[in-house]
Amino acid sequence: MWVRFVGRRLWQTAPVLIGVSLIVFLTMHLTPGDPIEHMLGRAGSVTRAQIEELRAHYALDRPLPTQYALFLGKAVTGDFGPSYSQGRPVVEVITERLPATLELTLFAFVIALAVAIPAGALAALRPHRLFDRTATVVALLGVSMPGFWLGIVLMILLGLRLHWLPISGRIDWALAPESITGMNTVDALLAGDGAALRSALAHLILPAITMAAPMAAMVTRMVRSSMIGVLGQDFVQFARARGLPEWRVVGKHALRNALVPTVNIVAIQTGMLLSGNMVIEAVFQYPGIGKLAVDAIAAADYPLVQAVVLLYAVSYVGLNLAADGIQAVLDPRVREARA
Amino acid sequence: MAATQTQPVGANPGVRPIDARPGTLKLLLANRVAVGAGLVTLGFVLVALLAPMLSPYNPAEQHPEAIRVPPFWSPGGSTRFLLGTDGLGRDLLSRILFGSRVSILLGVVVVLLTLVVGACLGMLAGYYRGWVDTLLSRVVDTLLAFPFLIFALAIMAVTGPNLVALVLALAFKGWVDFFRVARGDVLAARESEYVLAARGVGASNAYILFGEILPNIVPPLIVLAALRMATVIIAEASLSFLGIGVPPRIPAWGTMVADGRGSIATAWWIATFPGLAILLLVLSVNLLGEGLRDALDPRMRR
Repeated sequence: MWVRFVGRRLWQTAPVLIGVSLIVFLTMHLTPGDPIEHMLGRAGSVTRAQIEELRAHYALDRPLPTQYALFLGKAVTGDFGPSYSQGRPVVEVITERLPATLELTLFAFVIALAVAIPAGALAALRPHRLFDRTATVVALLGVSMPGFWLGIVLMILLGLRLHWLPISGRIDWALAPESITGMNTVDALLAGDGAALRSALAHLILPAITMAAPMAAMVTRMVRSSMIGVLGQDFVQFARARGLPEWRVVGKHALRNALVPTVNIVAIQTGMLLSGNMVIEAVFQYPGIGKLAVDAIAAADYPLVQAVVLLYAVSYVGLNLAADGIQAVLDPRVREARA
Repeated sequence: MAATQTQPVGANPGVRPIDARPGTLKLLLANRVAVGAGLVTLGFVLVALLAPMLSPYNPAEQHPEAIRVPPFWSPGGSTRFLLGTDGLGRDLLSRILFGSRVSILLGVVVVLLTLVVGACLGMLAGYYRGWVDTLLSRVVDTLLAFPFLIFALAIMAVTGPNLVALVLALAFKGWVDFFRVARGDVLAARESEYVLAARGVGASNAYILFGEILPNIVPPLIVLAALRMATVIIAEASLSFLGIGVPPRIPAWGTMVADGRGSIATAWWIATFPGLAILLLVLSVNLLGEGLRDALDPRMRR
């Protein structure tokens, strides 16, 4: 049954990945201008023969389906060719920026859940009372606020007015630790460098909060409604009747069951987190994948755009797959229903 | 919708079932938050329609002698420019008033487009089942796994800022939600007594689908449309903020926030006020949507 479940989910993912790659490939071919001209840039005089040679080299003279197959084959091995704007292999440029985005996303993820799960659970314990109402209003603001604007308002208030936090970049350059993982906080910890760690954390807080806001809002609502449903069920009453302390009834029995349906929302929202990533990094001038994508679009660096879009899409699909997997582990009913 | 199943067998087909449920409007009007949100939304629509009459200046008009003038209550501000001016000396208030046009227009166009496409396909899939349903459901499953904003970004990156491409990019995935709601509701309604009754007296498929079932599945679709509108407005603003949404010559809130991003240290108002407008509109539309949901389906009241 397990094999069937996993196999079926993977099988369902295949058309998605093919669809994504096809769209990415086709958008590249709808781009105005000739890729060869982009590649040569302002390199000056090139002969017609040289252009033809490059065209043949990149298989641009072959029919579209052949080109797609070649593109797919190369994409799987991470070969997206050279970046127009940086002249280096796309994969090199991306690998360089990836740790920054992973670090930011991880922080945003942790912040969102650390806020949303307790807030949702507390709100559910006393529905329609002060805390619940406050949480509902804040959550509504969270989903109604454009992320880029929240980021700018936080920058103005906490950065420029109160001078509590830096408003852009990743770390004080003077303090930057030697790069081991590429994640500044981890590298600072490994080096035992307290000042660098503080600087890295201070730079992370605002973009991470901004990125976490819509996810925290959605998850809070989900945990709340799921928890209210669970608290009314027999097994919770039974746990209470057995004389278990309330914190155990709520914290262990109720919360654990309330979180099962939440996993799906969390995964979907993590995917949204990735979407928001681009906007947030652009706002905070945070040198990660998102800012790379925005800059690549501005520079018409299509191979780079292509690779980044594909990377986001594959991560998104992977997250959805992971969510189904986790849910199947937590709840056997899901396994049977979808197998 | 279980409510549809409480219809008496052989209900007079002339009576639209949505009207048979008493007090939808009354419930909505009793919800003060929803009424307030509705009024604010209406206010935005009026502003969008009347922008040329309400705006003190032409939104594109530059005042080189008045660059980055603060709002009137700040030191250095004047009532000449109530919300101040931007980096090119353009009146911020006029630009915000005009900016409502593209947000609301795109929101309405995209939502209507996705509503019609999604609901029609969903109804056909749910009613006729078979290969149509299988095919469409597979397409929908595939689209659901697409990261929407990234996809819109990929399209806009190629086409550049362009209204038609923007509508298509925003609508590309939006119809999926309407499809799922319509399909699910039609599937449920298909076996209900009132449909069986209509079939029993020899009504045609087209009549059953559009005359009997459609009125019953309208309420959830309206609620979804309101909530989708909020999402579309934020997505449009985000793309415009990144410089790949609305063309720069049209005043749009997202573009305005991006314009002000560089000068937040010296002129906080340029980025702040247009964003506040987005927040206010999206919040109202969301609250209105939730109010509608509560009124149309009291069981979902929280």
